[in-house]
Amino acid sequence: MQKSSILKLKIFRLHLISAFFLFAALFPVLAFSQENPSNTTEKKFDAKATILEHIGDSHVWPIVGEKYMPLPVILYTGKGVECFSSGNLMPEGTVYRGKYYAYKLEENKIKVAGQSGSVDDAASKKIIDFSITRNVACMFMAMIILLAVFLSVAAAYKKRAGKAPKGLQSFLEPLILFVRDDIAIPNIGLKYARFMPLLLTIFFFILLNNLFGMIPFFPGGYNLTGNIAVTCVLSVIILFVVNLNGNKYYWKHIFVPNPWWLFPIMIPVEIVGIFSKPIALMIRLFANITAGHILILSLISLIFIFKTIWVSPVSIVFVVFMDAIELLVAFLQAYIFTLLSALFIGMAIEEHHHEQEVL
Amino acid sequence: MDLVTPQLGLVVWTTICFAILLFLLGKYAWKPILTAVSERENSIESALLKAEAVREEMARLTTENEALLKQARAERDSILAEATKVKNQIIHEAKDAAQKEGARQIEMARVEINNQKAIAMADVKNQVASLSIEIAEKVLRKQFEDSKKQDELVKELLKEVKLS
Repeated sequence: MQKSSILKLKIFRLHLISAFFLFAALFPVLAFSQENPSNTTEKKFDAKATILEHIGDSHVWPIVGEKYMPLPVILYTGKGVECFSSGNLMPEGTVYRGKYYAYKLEENKIKVAGQSGSVDDAASKKIIDFSITRNVACMFMAMIILLAVFLSVAAAYKKRAGKAPKGLQSFLEPLILFVRDDIAIPNIGLKYARFMPLLLTIFFFILLNNLFGMIPFFPGGYNLTGNIAVTCVLSVIILFVVNLNGNKYYWKHIFVPNPWWLFPIMIPVEIVGIFSKPIALMIRLFANITAGHILILSLISLIFIFKTIWVSPVSIVFVVFMDAIELLVAFLQAYIFTLLSALFIGMAIEEHHHEQEVL
Repeated sequence: MDLVTPQLGLVVWTTICFAILLFLLGKYAWKPILTAVSERENSIESALLKAEAVREEMARLTTENEALLKQARAERDSILAEATKVKNQIIHEAKDAAQKEGARQIEMARVEINNQKAIAMADVKNQVASLSIEIAEKVLRKQFEDSKKQDELVKELLKEVKLS
């Protein structure tokens, strides 16, 4: 009686599916018990190390699995410049004898190896690493792609002058117009044209690197816009652009606050403000992109932490969801960085005609 | 804390990269693209403005044409009306003149006829008179060819005179 009533229920299919999964979940356990003897020698999976390795930088560009592309290492050692391929340092721990010192990789950092093969900390501090790391190589790639795309688009504009855009041109024109009409003009005003190249370059540089960072395999999968050095450079550029273009009203606002007795408070606050704005830009982009990468990698790591493939549907559903959000964030962060840059520039070059003298 | 420490190498490379990108894209991509876009926008805007102007011009011309047409129609009507009036007047005048002329000629003809009649009557009278005189002369001459007859007549006449 009960069985027949179950068959009539509409959720019977759901039962069936659940039953299938429960049944199937037994297999990996069995499989694991069989494989276990061979697995004991394998390293324990360390999610934190994996994630940090991904979001950090490295001296090689991983392609598939253990394969990697060696990248040039450029070191300023104090005695002179030293260049060699990072392939000489792989796998990690291999000591390479250069012109001036012996080097080895430790946690993706190049260190000077002493006589016994241990790290010589005093000498390591003296070397400055200008290597083409994975991030630098990826940045070059992004640069070449940006140049290729936009130079061809520019050529298309020249060729099809006065005509409707076509192909790549029609795909990118709305973005360019978006930067111009929704970011530059409302925030900067009449003098927007001078800052358009900077804003467009920043927007597309961040956008392309955000998007490439989302590709999980070669040549993507790097974390350039989530690297503090990169966001730092971008915000320092904004810092310089804003302050070098600041007009007298901007400086007056900083050094001559309105009621004179506010001088002791306002001047330090405003000076901090000059620097806090770019710092906020730097941290916002860095934190957003890095956080996204960490989240996605953590969800993927779940599969390896639980050591069962049956977690993967859960992981994949969440990763797809996070990827969708990251796709939004990729555009959003490029937009916000450009928008705030435009806003700061606009504030610095704004012409005030209001009643400051009256008060 | 590796994560939040900017590496000098990457800073330098990013700066170089971004500077190159900014320079090349600024010069060879953004400038031509933005110029082309704004040129196209201007041309579209001017084309739209021109179209608007042309449409207004067209509307103006149409109304003007209509006004002209109306005016022409009115003018034609008035001309026709005037022509009709003039025609009627001319006909009327001509009729009047013709009537007057006719009447005058008829009058003249009548006067002439009367005159001619009178002349003819006078002539006929004269001829009748001379004819009768001639006849009387001839009769008298015939009667008084011999003197006896003359005496007889005289005697008869005298007798009559005595009788009376």
